[in-house]
Amino acid sequence: MISRRDFLQATVAASAIYGVSGVGNWARLAAQQALTQDQLLNFDTFGNVTLIHVTDIHGQLKPTYFREPEINLGVGQVKGKPPHVTGEDFLKMFDLKPGTPEAYALTYVDFVSLAKTYGRMGGLDRVATVINSIRADRPDALLLDGGDTWHGSYTCLKTDAQDMVNVMNKLKPDAMTFHWEFTLGSDRVREIVEGLPFAAMGQNIFDNEWNEPSEDFVDYEIFERGGVKIAVIGQAFPYMPIANPGWMFPEYSFGIHDERMQEMVDEVRGAGADLVVCLSHNGFDVDRKMASKVTGIDIILTGHTHDALPEPVMVGDTMLIASGSNGKFVTRLDLDVRDGRMMGFRHKLIPVFSDVIEADKDVAAAIDAERAPYEAEMAEVLGHTDSLIYRRGNFNGTWDDLICNALIEEREADIALSPGFRWGPSLIPGDPITREDLYNATSMTYPNAYRSEMTGETIKVILEDVADNLFNPDPYYQQGGDMVRVGGMGYHIDVSKPQGSRLSNMTLLKTGEAIDPAKKYVVSGWASVREGTEGPPIFEVVENYIKRVGTVHVDPNKSVKVSGA
Amino acid sequence: MELTRRNALAMGAGAFAATLLPLEAFATPEATQEAIAAFTGGADIGEGGITLTAPEIAENGNTVPISVDAPGAVEIVVMAEKNPDPAVVTFKFGPMSGAQAASTRIRLAGTQDIIAVAKMADGSFVKTSSTVKVTIGGCGG
Repeated sequence: MISRRDFLQATVAASAIYGVSGVGNWARLAAQQALTQDQLLNFDTFGNVTLIHVTDIHGQLKPTYFREPEINLGVGQVKGKPPHVTGEDFLKMFDLKPGTPEAYALTYVDFVSLAKTYGRMGGLDRVATVINSIRADRPDALLLDGGDTWHGSYTCLKTDAQDMVNVMNKLKPDAMTFHWEFTLGSDRVREIVEGLPFAAMGQNIFDNEWNEPSEDFVDYEIFERGGVKIAVIGQAFPYMPIANPGWMFPEYSFGIHDERMQEMVDEVRGAGADLVVCLSHNGFDVDRKMASKVTGIDIILTGHTHDALPEPVMVGDTMLIASGSNGKFVTRLDLDVRDGRMMGFRHKLIPVFSDVIEADKDVAAAIDAERAPYEAEMAEVLGHTDSLIYRRGNFNGTWDDLICNALIEEREADIALSPGFRWGPSLIPGDPITREDLYNATSMTYPNAYRSEMTGETIKVILEDVADNLFNPDPYYQQGGDMVRVGGMGYHIDVSKPQGSRLSNMTLLKTGEAIDPAKKYVVSGWASVREGTEGPPIFEVVENYIKRVGTVHVDPNKSVKVSGA
Repeated sequence: MELTRRNALAMGAGAFAATLLPLEAFATPEATQEAIAAFTGGADIGEGGITLTAPEIAENGNTVPISVDAPGAVEIVVMAEKNPDPAVVTFKFGPMSGAQAASTRIRLAGTQDIIAVAKMADGSFVKTSSTVKVTIGGCGG
């Protein structure tokens, strides 16, 4: 990361997220007066190429609240570097004022009051307006989707992602790569991909039987725009069969394969590409390492780790762009490409404030049509929350505390485990919890909530394993999720230690006793990657719990003590 | 995530694994070094001129695809230092071999270093290694 000052000096032109000054008023009305669509979309068209990047939408057709993480630790060489900077430190690093729209969009600071001021963000009909505005400036702009699109909502689950496919097609992307899409099962993925009017790409998607690149996806595509040959190389999530159930897509193998990425870059350069773009679902730290190993990539459009950064991060000559998640942001990147080189750029992470940016009518109608058959089921109020409900953060979030409480009570367990997913929007205190809200945080194709006995020793082995997937100092050995959330048990974790010695002081909360390695405990969890996992779907378990409790209250989780950061 | 202790341990994730299985079931790094010394006859081993391609994280520890490439080699041995028997495979290349490269799938008892040593036509040796992680997984996203 270069400092803001260096950054401005080092580049031909740069503009960060639009900064509105003088927004000291906490009323929604004032915010709306201060923020206008024209301001948000304002951009002096630059150079001869425009890239538009969206990623990790996770099925969110409608605007949502999405609280950015409070804790997002980096280990090893990335300690303290973006995106491992949060809250006040983030505001300082990027010179943002607390209380402003950009502070609300990019950090957790004062989230609840700012959410009431600035409202929900995203919505694909608003995203469409942003894209249309960019295309009005530059009609041949490339729209690139980083994946995790066909997953994450009630309608997406019920329609096998047809809702997202139909609505995204209206936005006319030029290319896409993948992660959660594969949890639809490989038959369904192939069925959708065969009908896609744009490139489905991943140079690292291999045929598992022959260990050769899969013929179902392209490695890259070369586009001619503004007299420039732009190669876009796809990079799917490398650890699909490890982080998600491999039995759902047994024909495919993944991995990082940076040696093959280098071959692809050399191949497209040989074919005359002036600009090489990697559309990636590696996760930010993996992309940062890949940029240092593979030469000749001009731009990596990062995804997977849900980071939103208002400025690019440079690694050598490669520029990394992080465009957030859930439709909260759209990145516009204008480039001046001449003589086979990137001469300059102008960048803007456009925040999609849903109360400010007008919905595109055509896309809004398409969204309504997809939702109509399910509207009544989705709108049913299961209960209310008097606490802020969110998920993002390395160790816990109140969504998962709520899920763990439900698992412990509904399944009569000692200890509950909830995976460290990074998707799932937030709810504000006082909000009703609808069935749609619950599915936004739990919908998936392997939802069964198991109940089984595990020894204290097994529990530690599992937690150490997951911790290493998050805190291994080499990003190529990380999977990019957050730590598995634990209910009913507290622990200490030293993130700087090697695997096997990070966890200590494991304590059963209900008795206050130390976890006995030899003793068996009843453990309930969900989203097992094992085929044939038995139990009711997690959304049923949590629905029953919320209905029974009525108003949900979740205290701040103080049972995980972190050191070594 | 639904695991019996046996399965979790069989996957070899963490220090608890080693303490519960008979120690002689696993080779030691020393045993691997001895096996390498036997292959080289104790000669010095250089770096470079050999490439080992292996996944950083195994999708399935029971069948991990690896490939080795050492132009000009007459023989390449591959070792997995924490497998019960570290010697995994030996490739021999005759004068008619088009390329001194080979691919196979190997089984790994747990997270460990894979070591490849090549004997070159002039009798010198080179080696390289790569860490392959074998993980329970299941919580990414």
